[in-house]
Amino acid sequence: MSAATPETGYNFAYLDEGTKRMIRRAILKAIAIPGYQVPFASREMPMPYGWGTGGVQVTAAILGKRDVLKVIDQGSDDTTNAVSIRAFFARTADVAVTTRTRDATVIQTRHRIPEAPLHEGQVLVYQVPIPEPLRFLEPRETETRQLHALAEYGLMHVKLYEDIARHGHIATTYAYPVEVAGRYVMDPSPTPKFDNPKMDDCPALQLFGAGREKRIYAVPPHTRVRSLDFEDHPFRVQSFDTPCALCGAEGVYLDEVLLDDAGKRMFVCSDTDHCEERRADGHVGTGGMETAHV
Amino acid sequence: MLARGFADPVHDAQGVFRAVMEALARPGTVQPLAPRLEPPAPLTPELAAIALALADADAPLWLDAGLARSPAVAGFLRFHTGARITDNPDEAAFALVSEAAACPDFATFAQGTPAYPDRSATLVLAVSTLSDRDGWHLDGPGIRGSARLAASPLPADSLDRLGRNHAGFPQGVDLILAAPGRLAALPRSTRVTT
Repeated sequence: MSAATPETGYNFAYLDEGTKRMIRRAILKAIAIPGYQVPFASREMPMPYGWGTGGVQVTAAILGKRDVLKVIDQGSDDTTNAVSIRAFFARTADVAVTTRTRDATVIQTRHRIPEAPLHEGQVLVYQVPIPEPLRFLEPRETETRQLHALAEYGLMHVKLYEDIARHGHIATTYAYPVEVAGRYVMDPSPTPKFDNPKMDDCPALQLFGAGREKRIYAVPPHTRVRSLDFEDHPFRVQSFDTPCALCGAEGVYLDEVLLDDAGKRMFVCSDTDHCEERRADGHVGTGGMETAHV
Repeated sequence: MLARGFADPVHDAQGVFRAVMEALARPGTVQPLAPRLEPPAPLTPELAAIALALADADAPLWLDAGLARSPAVAGFLRFHTGARITDNPDEAAFALVSEAAACPDFATFAQGTPAYPDRSATLVLAVSTLSDRDGWHLDGPGIRGSARLAASPLPADSLDRLGRNHAGFPQGVDLILAAPGRLAALPRSTRVTT
């Protein structure tokens, strides 16, 4: 799959070598201190903040000629953000790109973890808007830094408790806080909490880049990632009443798609690659959309 | 004459970085590293490659006694990295150690602070043997179950040092062990036992 013609006049993968070294040093520290947010000198990128500048910088720093890159946005390979970032690296690094999860060596993601199990040797790069899990509870960086230094995470438990007091259950459904390797509490980025269990003991290396907030953090492979909860209110993921309307998959994260003005709707896999592979294997959902796949 | 640096600075540096990243992310695995460098002795090609890939004006280097004795080594590193070479181990981002058995106590290097544990040193030790089949038992982040690692020569009290280093988590130093043609790493997060 080739997305674009290579660009000349830029260094490999756009960033200059000095910037890459700085980001690489931050990545190494992040790996050595799982879940800790390493400050880094985030650069202006040729895309606005909020479009994945942190993830793009991490990807640019690790990418090599032999890597195969996949980019997803909310599970989808073909939305604007995914297409433009994939084309960006195809043009500035001339790397091979793919939509197939298992073929990729580097997967940059916005807000989803692929449904297909990841394997050893893969790197999952998350785009992160707000890296600090305590930020909406304590706005001062000086204070949140102290709280992390002291491993003082009572505030977060109070927040989850208040959810229970108000709603009867923990109402946080995305960016659900996790404890990494028994030490740091970390924001898994705004992935649905459905994906949290996939972070635990994951064979792939997980790197997180926040461009505007200038932070990089990491979860090494096979690391304990525990979603915060209470004994009497254990962590639970979302469940869906119906399987995917296109491929019939159960136990996957579904997107709601409105079909007309009368409120007709269907639920389909958020992970487009997973859905396409299943349909290619002959799985058909009940949505009457069999013709959607050619 | 000054020895040459990377033949292909962009991709050689990326390859070295990925080997170091994989080694740190999976403690106890031995990663291949075959730098095409001929640095002045006693700087090994592996130590030189890691320095060239990661050190620069923002990341000072500290050299052990064996390396500091050779003006050619300092000249090579200064020219190719632009990094400041410091005599103060507490200031170094990377410490290059050619005589690993005589490595100073890990606590003499920057440990980071409770609020900024990342402001700590990475020690790069030249070893002659490295194996993931026997030796110490490792567990911690990056390790599926447990792993093994044997390296020599290392200081006689390495196990005590590594134990103290791990006990100080999240502060502490990270170790890269570089043997001819390959490397492994022991981040501070790894628990090392006999």
